[in-house]
This record gives sequence, C-alpha cells and structure tokens, in this order.
Amino acid sequence: MPRPPEKIVFAGIVLAFAILPALVTNQGFINVLVNAGIFMLLAIGLNIVVGFAGLLDLGYAAFFAIGSYTYAMCASGQFGLHLPFWPMLVVSALIAALFGIILGAPTLRLRGDYLAIVTLGFGEIVPQTFLNLEQFTGGPNGISAIDSARIGPYVFGLNPVPYYYVVVVLIVLSLIATVNVRDSRLGRAWMALREDEVAAAHMGINTTTAKLAAFALGASFSGLAGVVNAALLTLVSPDEFKFNVSITVLAMLVLGGMGSLTGVVVGSALLSLLNFFVLPQATVIAQQFGLNLDFTNYRFMIYGFILIFIMLFRPEGLIPSGQRKAELRASRVETEST
Amino acid sequence: MSAFFELCGVTKAFGGLVAVNDCSLTIDAGGIVSMIGPNGAGKSTIFNLITGLYRPSSGEIRFEDVPIGGLRPDQVARRGVARTFQNIRLFAFMSALDNVMTGAHAHMGATLLDSLLHTPRQRAEERRVRDQARELLQFVGLEKSAADDARNLPYGSQRRLEIARALASDPKLLLLDEPAAGMNPSEKAELLALVRRVRERGVTVFLIEHDMALVMEISERITVLDHGEKIAEGRPAEVRADPRVIEAYLGAPA
Repeated sequence: MPRPPEKIVFAGIVLAFAILPALVTNQGFINVLVNAGIFMLLAIGLNIVVGFAGLLDLGYAAFFAIGSYTYAMCASGQFGLHLPFWPMLVVSALIAALFGIILGAPTLRLRGDYLAIVTLGFGEIVPQTFLNLEQFTGGPNGISAIDSARIGPYVFGLNPVPYYYVVVVLIVLSLIATVNVRDSRLGRAWMALREDEVAAAHMGINTTTAKLAAFALGASFSGLAGVVNAALLTLVSPDEFKFNVSITVLAMLVLGGMGSLTGVVVGSALLSLLNFFVLPQATVIAQQFGLNLDFTNYRFMIYGFILIFIMLFRPEGLIPSGQRKAELRASRVETEST
Repeated sequence: MSAFFELCGVTKAFGGLVAVNDCSLTIDAGGIVSMIGPNGAGKSTIFNLITGLYRPSSGEIRFEDVPIGGLRPDQVARRGVARTFQNIRLFAFMSALDNVMTGAHAHMGATLLDSLLHTPRQRAEERRVRDQARELLQFVGLEKSAADDARNLPYGSQRRLEIARALASDPKLLLLDEPAAGMNPSEKAELLALVRRVRERGVTVFLIEHDMALVMEISERITVLDHGEKIAEGRPAEVRADPRVIEAYLGAPA
C-alpha cells in the first residue's frame, strides 16, 4: 500500500481531476489534459524500466506505437475489424508487453550506454517498420477513421471529456499497480538488480526474468496509452512515434525524479503543460503582438535548458524517491572528490 | 555414503592463467571448515566457481549429490548455497531490512500478478518474510538498524548484515569470503561467536579467512591452497605443522 503522504497526494489529485471538466468548459483545454494524461501513462510505464530496474531505454516510443497501431488495425476499416475499445485496452497492453519481452530479450546482457544505444535502435526500427509495411499499416498515410470508444449506445466521438475520464481512471489504476509492484518481491528484485546485478543473482534472483518482467510491465502501460491515443485522434501515422517522444517521456522522469511516482506525475504534468499549453498559447499571444514566432519549434531547446538546470541544481529531480536521491547525491560527491 | 558437498578435480583457467588447478575437497554437513592460502592462491575463485559466477574449465562440483558446476548463481542459490563477498556487496541504497528481505527472494512465491494486485497470499508472504528478516537482523545484532540504508552502517555491521542477508535464503551451505577482514579484535570475537551460532542453526559454514588465529580456533578442517593447488588438508593442528604450508606462507628455508 502507498505510504500516507503518497496516498494523500494521490487522493487529492484524483479528486481535483474528477471535478475538473465541470469547471473547465473549454474543450481545447480538456484535450490538452487528455494528451497530458497519455504522456503520464507513458511516463509511469517508462519509470518501471528506467526508474525501478535501472535499464536505460531510449526507444520507449516503440511500445506506444505498437499499442496505437494494435487498436488502429483492430478497430477501423483497415481490415474491416471493428473490435470494441474496452477489451482492446487489455489486448493492446498484452501485445505491447509481449513486444517488451521480444525487444528486451536481445538486450539482457547489455548495460548502461550499450543498452541505451540498442533500445534507441529499436525505437527507430519500429516506426520504420510501420512505415514500410504498407499493406497492413497504410504506410506513410497511417490508418485513419479509427473507431472511437463507446459505452453502449453512447459514442465518444470527438468529444474529449469522456476520454479524459478514461485516462484519469487508467492513470489511477496504473499508479496503484505500480506502487504495489514496487513494494513487493519483484520491486525489491528490480532495485537489487539496479544496485548490484552480481549480488542480486546470488540472492536467487533470476536476472533474466526480472529484467524481462520490467520490460513487459513497462511496455504494457504504453499499450494502454496507445489505444486511448488512437481512439482519440481516430488516426495513427508512423511519424507520431519518433525519437522525440521517447526523449520527452524520459525528460519527464528526469524532471520529476526517477523512481519516484509522485515525481513522475509532477514531471510529466509540467512538461505536458509546457508542450501542449504554454508554448502554443505563447505563440498565439506573440502573434497578437505581431511577432511571427512559433514557440513550439523551440520545445527541445527549452527541454534542454530545463534538463541542464535540473542536472546542475537538483539532479535527483523535483520530487525524488529517497533512495534515488541518495544514490545521485553520493555519486556526485564521489565524482567531485576524484 | 555420499558427500554433502564436494569438488572433484576442478580446474579454472582464465586464458593461459590457471587460477585453480585440479582441486578436490569434501565438506561434511554441519561443520565449520576453512580454506586458507596466500593472496592469489585461488580461494575466491573457488567460491565463484561454487556459486556459479564462473564456470569450471573442467571437473565437477556436487552439492547434495547433484552436480551444480555451470549453473547460474540464482540456480545455485535456490539449491541452498548462500555467500558473502570479500569486498562487501550489499544493496547500498536499500535499508538493512530490505537487504535481508531481498535475500529471501528465492523462497518466496509471489508472481507478477500477486505483486500487482497485492493478493492476500502475497501480503501474508510479505509479512512472513518481514518477520523472518527482523529475526535475522536480531540474530546478527542489527535490529536497531533495520531502517538504515546499508551504506550508512559501520563497516563491521555491514559484514554482519551480509551474513544476515545470506541466511535469509535459508541456506544449507554458507560461504563466507574473508568475513573478518578489516575488523578489530573485539569485532572479530563477536564474529567468531556469530559464525558458531550460524552453525548451530544447522548451516554448514565454509569460510575463507586470512586471520590465522581465528581460522585455527573456529575450523574443524582446513584446506590450504597455493598457486591454485591444494597443498594440505586436515585438522588445524595438522595443517599448522605441515612443512608445505609453512613453506607457502614463509618461503622455503635457505
């Protein structure tokens, strides 16, 4: 179970988010929130791989792509299949988990930099594959006219509000599941693995299955995110899942604090707000003043500055987990003293 | 009758360097046995061979009549062989309690699904393992440090925590790699008592140690290694009197 402070934070956030659509009538802003929620799900999943098990994965967007395309292929005119949204959430999560294992297996012997490079490669291969498998995926055009979600006769359509509630529920369930796993035999095994793989193996931890479990579980959350993404946009295309998505999600973890669930929530919320709200709004305002500036083009420059400042002044992230904070501080003292 | 544990002609070569050469030894259940030898004699290599960190180049390692040579470390651990490390390898940023609970990993059964849902079975198991871990911390005298990060413990306590973590897997054979290294005389005396109490729990202890006084006092049998080969074996008094052992430690008489 979550410790009391985390519990209160979660409860507060859930309540605030439950009543929010009643206060905000602007559908555009709700759309921003749904997108932020999708990225939060991605961050929660990546945190299992990078934050808990310490496996640096730079190709996480691949699983988001797999989740999105799974729903797109199964619920559109592409193959004439029109499978319903709700069971497809589970199916996509399972398929993404399966690919987590398939793409994780070749990397088991790799650590640190080497692991990062190989996962980076997978992150590029997957969208490229979707681009080239034209007969299944529609190639560069992607798949359009994807079914939107529905509950009985009520079709969600282009209204973001029901998706908003779906995302909030998925996030809450994901956080509960993640806290549970963290405080379990498997969670301890991941942390042991992160700290000392040799010692972990000598405790009877099968490092292969522990790593694959991290890859699988981490990927499954992006399967959920992918389904919501595809149903909301009613469109998927390969260029949605480029390297910048992987980096954005990783930046959310670094900003918030790797391994810290509160940190992941805050970090992803802040970057999403910047991404989907602040920068577009700033652009609109600039244009009102006659400035032809598109701030969204400077997104990665701004990320860069944020990350540099975080690394300099708060390397453990905004809201770190106690353990990670100590690790990062200790390694910094070590580097400084050598 | 077959042996509890035996090495049969085990050789380990790293490229051209033969670290362990045709080494055989037998350990009976329930005792405390030691392995000594000058630095670089191959003692730690033997431990690494037993626990599966290295694969033997040739020869066989048998534990309770089952060959374990070439198994992975986690498989060896599951069969009931636990160890500590020469240079302490605790999970430095985990609490002492979590370190010990991690040691119990092998005999826990919670699956991924149990962990995700915190099923009643999983909770009961967590409680059981936590209680057992607290008991083990008390056993090694660290009950007050349960919540402290392993890295913040004093050196001697870290050594004892490593023993508690190893015991958490409920081993039949415990390998201690220089447990007294760097300890002061009073810490050594405590360690000696601790190792004896470990044996009383029914765990066979096999240790590598440099401290001769400690080894001679605690061991029932001693194996002496030099340049990767066994040069002597026997009770402490026999080993102490063996001319080859004296030569290995002090050099040949001029």
